[in-house]
Amino acid sequence: MDFSFPPEVEAFRTEVREFLAANLTDEMIAATHDGTIHAPELHAAMAARGWIAGPVPEELGGAGRSALESVVLNEEMQLAAAPVDAMAVSIVVASILLEHGSPHLKDSVVPRLLDGSALGCFGYSEPESGSDVAAAQTKAVRDGDEWVINGAKMWTTLAHISDYVILLTRTDPDVAKHKGLTFFLVPLDTPGIEIQPVPTMAVERSNATFYDDVRLGDEWRVGDVNGGWAVMKTALKYERGIAGGQFPSPTVIDAALDWAQTAERADGSRPIDDPTVREKLMRSLIDVEVCRGFAYHTASLAEEGVMFGVEGSMTKLFASESYKRHCREFQDMMGVDGLITHHNDDAHLGGRIEENLRHSPVTTIYGGTSEISRNLVAEGHLGLPRTR
Amino acid sequence: MRTRLTDDETAVKEVFDGFFANESPIAIVRAAEPQGHDSELWSKLAATGAPGMALPESVGGGGASLRDLAVVVESWGAHLAPVPLVEHAVATRFLHTCGSDIDSLVAGEQIATLALRDSVAGAARLVPAGAVADVVVARAGNDVVRLNEPGPGTGPRNTGDLPIADRELSSAETVGSADEWTRALDEWRALMSVAYCGLGRQALALGVDYVKDRIQFDVPVGTFQAIQHGLADAATKLEGAHLLAHRAVWALDTDQPDASRLAGMALLFGAETARFCTDRSLQYHGGYGFSEEYDIQLYHRRASAWLLQLGEPSLEYARLADDEIGPIGSSGEAA
Ligand SMILES: Cc1cc2nc3c(=O)[nH]c(=O)nc-3n(C[C@H](O)[C@H](O)[C@H](O)COP(=O)(O)OP(=O)(O)OC[C@H]3O[C@@H](n4cnc5c(N)ncnc54)[C@H](O)[C@@H]3O)c2cc1C
Repeated sequence: MDFSFPPEVEAFRTEVREFLAANLTDEMIAATHDGTIHAPELHAAMAARGWIAGPVPEELGGAGRSALESVVLNEEMQLAAAPVDAMAVSIVVASILLEHGSPHLKDSVVPRLLDGSALGCFGYSEPESGSDVAAAQTKAVRDGDEWVINGAKMWTTLAHISDYVILLTRTDPDVAKHKGLTFFLVPLDTPGIEIQPVPTMAVERSNATFYDDVRLGDEWRVGDVNGGWAVMKTALKYERGIAGGQFPSPTVIDAALDWAQTAERADGSRPIDDPTVREKLMRSLIDVEVCRGFAYHTASLAEEGVMFGVEGSMTKLFASESYKRHCREFQDMMGVDGLITHHNDDAHLGGRIEENLRHSPVTTIYGGTSEISRNLVAEGHLGLPRTR
Repeated sequence: MRTRLTDDETAVKEVFDGFFANESPIAIVRAAEPQGHDSELWSKLAATGAPGMALPESVGGGGASLRDLAVVVESWGAHLAPVPLVEHAVATRFLHTCGSDIDSLVAGEQIATLALRDSVAGAARLVPAGAVADVVVARAGNDVVRLNEPGPGTGPRNTGDLPIADRELSSAETVGSADEWTRALDEWRALMSVAYCGLGRQALALGVDYVKDRIQFDVPVGTFQAIQHGLADAATKLEGAHLLAHRAVWALDTDQPDASRLAGMALLFGAETARFCTDRSLQYHGGYGFSEEYDIQLYHRRASAWLLQLGEPSLEYARLADDEIGPIGSSGEAA
């Protein structure tokens, strides 16, 4: 085995670090406190370098960056706490379109997603369906040359700043649920669409989106009619492969280390000299190295052309569950000071640990819950019987 | 970057999976209890060249890398083979670095081991493979000493049926210094983290096989999601432990700056993971898991035991912390 990166990837890592040092500002990170995890200037600067198009092959208009370069980009962005949700989602939407989209979509939409002039978002979940995503009820019905869409989506995160939503609809209610689904790319300025904010317990907001007689030409269809499940599989493959989420913990650990070294307890001691604190810090650093192993492994498999499946679920499961634990332990370590939010000027490091503690529960829910990940590992990796 | 075994490593794995499956089936493991050593198996293993495989060809070794040795060690761990492969390989590599005579060790005619914890007042307590080793290497103050003396053959009964024993070092001679010793301990840590992955994988496989067969409430118990999820957590940690363990071995093999750090981390995580795997697997065997008859108990006991040969795990975390953030009282100035 060999865990070294080729020199050109190491050089790329240095380039990304320098870019982030020059382009990512504290103001951009603080601006996400309005609920939208996106930094337009950063997005534009990255697009200008071709980094949004990074993982997309050159012949398809991308930058053809290797999987190893993509994982390094991802890692460095997450270590720097860069607000990249919109970028990650837009790359996935572009990748789905490149695999399943009509020539119209490949020519008119993909270039805009890759050059940073447009954003996309996911419209899979509904008020009545989440984990059982194939149970979607939002209806698309043919009317002459057009489709008419009616229904409601829940958790359409980033829809309020996006240009397009990739929408999962039901086109045949009379067959098995996986067999009657069709995807569309819907411009969000189409008449009949309403977007309402959904506030959350953390800073980030999501949206509920409503579709009332929304009319679209057939050129906006993605994949075959009633072939939506194949597109969904592609979507999940990319989401678990290139959308990141392997390194949520390092910025929290950095903050914890800073606190432990600088805070003084009532008895005059420092947390850093407390063996129980030290052990927790070491355990969290070990977890990060495990995440690193997972991240490099999936990238290396992709580079070899081996399609990974269950490895993506394992990565997500381990990274999110350990992150949740770290947030809890480090907020506890701070005691009452751990409660102070970013609204207060004197919050430690802008209230970073507190903010992560409130954000962390969602990471074991969205993008496939931990329970769904465990089902996939049990079935796909251990060969245990399907329970659904 | 290559996070799977290379073709050459796969070939090594196939040979030794076959060797241990044939020569060290679970009946051999059981027959070697409680002493935890099978000298006939050691002779057979020596005949394959494994004990000296990671020594230079110039001294009669196999010229293989630490990474190749790790592949053999993973298989050794999976089979709980009652022979001190890791201790012997690490101690012999250390002696070779010091220029100490290893003629009788390269081919495994004699067994070498290392005392993982520093000796006190001229004696090393509960040395791994101390019961059967002819050569013991131990740290004594700022020196590392070598004892040439046949082992007592038996030691105290213990959780893992390991051949640990106290060794008196008064006739030992100095062979090296404490600086070089760190590397030997890190090799032990990294190789044992790989061994723990082998143990964990086999323990998990026993559990998965069992729950597919055992019927309760008219269905295989493996149909129950509570059981599936426990096993899925074990499989996930195991994959993570495997990647970390082999990364640590690679880092030592190629002298990466973070090699020592990774070796320490890999061992702690590997041990915790293997213990989690044996715990889940034993639990899902129900009462039979607790019986002597079923094999999972053999794995469970060794998962508990291997790490403790090094001492208290909390001291290993403390050691990592000292390197990472400076010792207690240094206000967190990195060492
Ligand atoms: C902040 C936020 C942002 C989101 N962003 C998006 C987005 O941009 N686009 C989008 O489409 N979706 C988005 N989601 C939705 C997200 O993907 C779903 O919340 C998630 O898939 C779970 O679905 P659910 O909430 O309906 O929970 P449910 O599916 O109702 O699950 C409830 C509980 O039951 C468990 N459960 C369900 N099925 C099983 C099973 N088979 N076995 C065992 N346990 C099971 C779940 O794990 C969970 O614990 C977002 C969600 C949040 C909270």
